[in-house]
Amino acid sequence: MALEIPKVSYSGKIKEIVLGKGDKALTVGGETSYPFYLFEGQMSLKPRIAMEVYDSTPEDWPPAALEPFADVVSDPAAWAKKCVDTYGAEMIALQLVSTDPNGENRSAEEAAAVTKKVVEAVDVPIIIWGCNNAEKDTEVLRKIAEDCAGRNLMIGPVTEANYKQIGAVAIGYEHTVIASTPIDINLAKQLNILLGNLGVPDGRILIDPTTGSLGYGLEYCYSVMERIRMAALTQEDERLQFPMVCNLGKEVWKTKEAKQSREEAPKLGDPVKRGVLMEAATAQLLLLAGADILIMRHPEAIGLIKDMLNDLLAA
Amino acid sequence: MALSGIEIFKKLPKTNCGECGVPTCLAFAMKLATGQAELVACPYVSDDVRAAIDEASAPPIRPLTIGTGDRAVKLGGETVMFRHEKRFENPPGLALVLSDTMDDSVVNEKLSKFKDLEFERVGLILRPQMLALKGESGDAGKFAAFVKRVVDQIDAGIILMSDKPEVMAEALKICKDKKPLIYAATRDTAEAMGNLAKEVACPLAVKGSGLDEVMAITDKLLGMGLKDLVIDSQPVNVKKALEDQVVIRRSALVKKVKQLGFPTITFPGQLTDNKMKETLIASLLIAKYAGIIVISEMEGHNVFPLLLDSLNIYTDPQRPMAVEEKVYEIGGPREDSPILITSNFSLTYFIVSGEVESSRVPAWLLIKDTEGLSVLTAWAAGKFAADTVAMFVKKCGIADRVKHRKLVIPGYLAGMSGELEEELPDWQILVGPREAAHLPAYLKQWSAA
Ligand code: B12
Ligand code: SF4
Repeated sequence: MALEIPKVSYSGKIKEIVLGKGDKALTVGGETSYPFYLFEGQMSLKPRIAMEVYDSTPEDWPPAALEPFADVVSDPAAWAKKCVDTYGAEMIALQLVSTDPNGENRSAEEAAAVTKKVVEAVDVPIIIWGCNNAEKDTEVLRKIAEDCAGRNLMIGPVTEANYKQIGAVAIGYEHTVIASTPIDINLAKQLNILLGNLGVPDGRILIDPTTGSLGYGLEYCYSVMERIRMAALTQEDERLQFPMVCNLGKEVWKTKEAKQSREEAPKLGDPVKRGVLMEAATAQLLLLAGADILIMRHPEAIGLIKDMLNDLLAA
Repeated sequence: MALSGIEIFKKLPKTNCGECGVPTCLAFAMKLATGQAELVACPYVSDDVRAAIDEASAPPIRPLTIGTGDRAVKLGGETVMFRHEKRFENPPGLALVLSDTMDDSVVNEKLSKFKDLEFERVGLILRPQMLALKGESGDAGKFAAFVKRVVDQIDAGIILMSDKPEVMAEALKICKDKKPLIYAATRDTAEAMGNLAKEVACPLAVKGSGLDEVMAITDKLLGMGLKDLVIDSQPVNVKKALEDQVVIRRSALVKKVKQLGFPTITFPGQLTDNKMKETLIASLLIAKYAGIIVISEMEGHNVFPLLLDSLNIYTDPQRPMAVEEKVYEIGGPREDSPILITSNFSLTYFIVSGEVESSRVPAWLLIKDTEGLSVLTAWAAGKFAADTVAMFVKKCGIADRVKHRKLVIPGYLAGMSGELEEELPDWQILVGPREAAHLPAYLKQWSAA
């Protein structure tokens, strides 16, 4: 009795997007099936992992997360270099938290200067992530786009509130935009339509569907991503056929359970392994839901996910 | 295959006698097809027809239970491929492996750890529920003694693992009343294991290498009259494990392949020696349809993420869990105790109230109805706006229960404090920390003066 596998017929394909420039540039996307369903489609381009670098010294990281970077946390360029040289990072994500007007409120000039240093320190593709304040991000990302013209940085979050300004500089200075919407398939589609109308080429758009941590809203993100993929692949929803980015490291490591010490949470086992597994499990679920780029923190969690990717995509 | 109303109608007596409580056979058939009536209501259908309709209307993935009482583990009954379509029914059973070749002291230590692995979250108790007992020695007496020792010590869903029917038979004598899962019938032992399972009325797992072999075995067992089966396809790698789970679920749901219409059992530890990676494979299997996941080591750091994973994947995607809008008293608050306000999303409520409790500072917690949305989501959706928050603070009666007029709002909503002060002119609005984890420290230095 031989089983005939009931296959889904996919009519759509995810667009291929080039990240960065030069020798180390990467391409993501290109899927023609649900994630890792290789028995009925293709996923010839691997999902990629960007390692986080912060523009100011982290203050509330648990020892598990801090330890691998303890010697470089006050120097973003050295930090990025360590990620690439020591941990083999294939991409970097520079998180510009210090630009937040409700926090340190550093200026666009300062942010651009830090970015410049990081861009010069490493040759892998770089994501620049703002502070999620639409107005400030406009100012900061515009300055960075200009200063790093032609580098094809991935810049975001680009939202409904600032897509015109950031979209325009991305076109002008040749960068890729990360179109960010809060866990809603219609809003995601709408923003991609607007970016298209503005003239941002299809090869320069990534979707940020918004990410929550395991145990803190992940289930909603998971389902929205599944629906986005479904619409893109089986309903030919052309404006959703873009790769997805998930900025998950910071979501996981801010949760209570990723931070608690052994004394604070004796039942939760080893604090390092726990944090690593919470990050890796979050990443694993996001990959299953359709993530193409993961922004992650802990080298061990990244190692585990790379291992899983190799297994899942083995020939 | 589910029958349509018309197909069922064709099998009914067509006398329209009305005894089923519906005026006509056709109307009754329509109700049956949509699950609003049960076939027993019609006294006139023949046994043959009943069997045919029963089989046709059976859920595509057999629901079954392993174990009894409090710790019974329900599996199967799933009806969709994607959780946004409908809530996934039964979260996978997480099982810890123990073997009759392990030292007693190791077994005892693992068991006492296992008992400790219980976590409260959103008002639920999360814990691994199953033990997989392995008869690795191959010795019937030794295995039976081991099983007895374990089941005497702990109440859990039991999986008995042995390829030898005679070893299985002895172990079943010890614990058949606990309705263990018998693992497993193979191509060679299908008949003997099938007979055992029938005799003790316990569910039986089928182990085959690959789906074709699995189907051949289940087919045989179905022919013997067995119903409660569980499938193990013995994938050789992670990629194949994912494929098998998807193909089994899809074949059962879409093509109604009855030989695959059963919950599955999986062994991530067979695919890696690395315990961390084993946990990740388990997390993949939770999302992708596994019925039981047997793991080789259970510690807080790997079980907790897996339980969260399972909770996330199996919560109802349509309805957020919410708690009642009201004033909650934590630790016997008095007239000079702090007042905090937050949303009625269960997760938010339980996190915040948990932190307030652990601070040991008695406090009043005002929970405003935000239709089950978290703080920031509610704020963005206009369900936690200054005017409605103010209205709730006024009408909830808290002002009569305290002397002071200080209200702590979530740190993430710092931006609304000005507006809220305008709406509540008698009150002083205090911006609390962003993360609830910082509440204990905050509350300890809080003072009404
Ligand atoms: C899951 C989620 C959803 C789910 C809803 C889940 C739910 N039941 O609430 C869905 C998909 C439905 C959703 C929808 C929307 N969402 Co939403 N969502 C999230 C997400 C990913 C996680 C939220 C969560 O569950 N957090 C966990 C809970 C426990 O957090 P919390 O309630 O804030 O509690 C913490 C703290 O606030 C603190 N705390 C809580 N109470 C108190 C009280 C006191 C006194 C103190 C001191 C502290 C404190 O303790 C807790 C733990 O530390 C976040 C982004 C993110 N990564 O966080 C976006 C987010 C909250 N959503 C957002 C938005 C905009 C929306 C929408 C309005 C989008 C839209 N236009 O459709 C809709 C609105 C929904 C509606 N019905 O109209 C924005 C809000 C932006 C803003 N700054 O205002 C966010 C931040 C995403 C973003 N970056 O844009 N969302
Ligand atoms: S009881 Fe049976 S025969 Fe009578 S109306 Fe109902 S379905 Fe028809």
